[in-house]
Amino acid sequence: MITAERKPFEEILKLVEGQQKVLVAGCDTCVAVCLTGGEKEAEILATELRIKAKEEGREVQIEHTAAIRQCEWEYLDAIAPKVNEYPVVLSMACGIGIQSMAEKFADKLVLPAVNTNMLGMPQEHAVWYERCGACGDCVLGDTGGICPVVRCSKSLMNGPCGGSHDGKCEVTTPEKEEIDCAWQLIHDKLYAQGREDLLLKYTPPKDWSKSSAGGPRKMVKEEAKPV
Amino acid sequence: MTATELKAGSNLEKVFASGAFAVTGECGPPKSADGNVIVEKAKLLKGFVDAVNITDNQTAVVRICSMASGYLAQQNGMEAIMQMTCRDRNRLAMQADILGAVALGIKNILCLTGDHMSFGNHPQAKGVHDIDSIQLIRMYKEMRDEKKFQCGEEMTVEPRLFIGCAENPFGDPFEFRSLRLRKKVEAGADFVQTQCIFNIPKFKKWMEMVRAEGLHQEIKIMAGITPIKGAGMARYMQKFVPGMDVPQEIVDRIAAKEKGAPQQEEGKALGVEMIKELAEIEGVAGVHIMAVEWEPAVPEIVEKAGLLPRPVLA
Repeated sequence: MITAERKPFEEILKLVEGQQKVLVAGCDTCVAVCLTGGEKEAEILATELRIKAKEEGREVQIEHTAAIRQCEWEYLDAIAPKVNEYPVVLSMACGIGIQSMAEKFADKLVLPAVNTNMLGMPQEHAVWYERCGACGDCVLGDTGGICPVVRCSKSLMNGPCGGSHDGKCEVTTPEKEEIDCAWQLIHDKLYAQGREDLLLKYTPPKDWSKSSAGGPRKMVKEEAKPV
Repeated sequence: MTATELKAGSNLEKVFASGAFAVTGECGPPKSADGNVIVEKAKLLKGFVDAVNITDNQTAVVRICSMASGYLAQQNGMEAIMQMTCRDRNRLAMQADILGAVALGIKNILCLTGDHMSFGNHPQAKGVHDIDSIQLIRMYKEMRDEKKFQCGEEMTVEPRLFIGCAENPFGDPFEFRSLRLRKKVEAGADFVQTQCIFNIPKFKKWMEMVRAEGLHQEIKIMAGITPIKGAGMARYMQKFVPGMDVPQEIVDRIAAKEKGAPQQEEGKALGVEMIKELAEIEGVAGVHIMAVEWEPAVPEIVEKAGLLPRPVLA
């Protein structure tokens, strides 16, 4: 799923500074599953903003709503009556939802309340790990189902660098936590599958034009287009 | 081997071709525009090593670039091995820079992945990693041997390069380390310099695997040596430098001496002993001495290891 984290409250306050009427808009798909921006989280943020305003003696009108998915026009239609009551929307959707909201409601000031960070999964309860870089040219078939593009810190395509030690990457997270070496995982998996010859195969330079490096991408399903 | 059979005709390549045991050094460019630092280091090493590695923003810290530094070293009589990491350049820049470097007289290149940005002084930088070091080796080989850019377009004048790579015998997974060298040989590497060796038994084990693959006959293997300046440095490398394997007895041996000059003397003596032992291993064709910010120690170590005079080849 797409994961996101709420921006620090101080940053959100700065974004809505001087605004009296604000609608906090949650999204009940990816960001709800990662416990960041669903209806419940939108309600919490709206409440926090009202409490802060009350403490400071400011008159505000702050409510919340949520779309099933902010990234699809039809679901935005469903919340349009509520959105139209407000000049400012504080969206808790991922970057896609925020942009859809801004495009659909062009006369509104749409602001982001979250930082979209990755395509990840909850490996354990409440802990998400990055799993996909949306590179547009999947290599998982040759790498034992483990992505070297985002799970190797250097996106190596031909095996581990010299910094792999005891199964761990030489790089740690910003919080100084250890990261599994993706190529150790790939190595172990391919051996377990009896496909270790793939480790010796030369993988040529990747075609990054299929990724965001090639410019903004567009996908068309001709067969699904209305006739 | 005649001159026409040489790939680049660099001094380092000629030393290998002559059958002599090769010696290379390392020179880290300064964190300023002071080119004299390179000039002085080059003068210091001249006559004691066959070529000198010019690091490329090593440990992800910004310094004078390896091309300009390599040029300055060569202007002062010291052949350069220009290092090139995959961290800071995409394939366009890597090809453009190598054409420029060769046009400036550089003949040796060392293809590296590069230390991660998080270790350096710009941890917020975006790493490039467009291609990896094995792809880089092959790209340069195809430029040299097929006169082709990575995209397949042809060029009129190819970069004549002696292509090097690095390998860490102490990285994991251990049994993959010799296979990774095979991938580099197949990609086109002519020589390899290893990570600094302190754990000689483990290095010997790696060399056994390398010989079992027959790789010592396909690539010139240079054993990496770092003279230890003091016990503090040994402990630091043991704990904090990625990919290093520093056995406790090495740390203890240096620490047994008094701080300062006695520890430095012990570090140099250990370096000399290690070079002599490594030179005896079948398949080791040279030694690469990485005296990090301690270049003045190199001449004495090379001399005491019995590696002087360095061959002078036409």
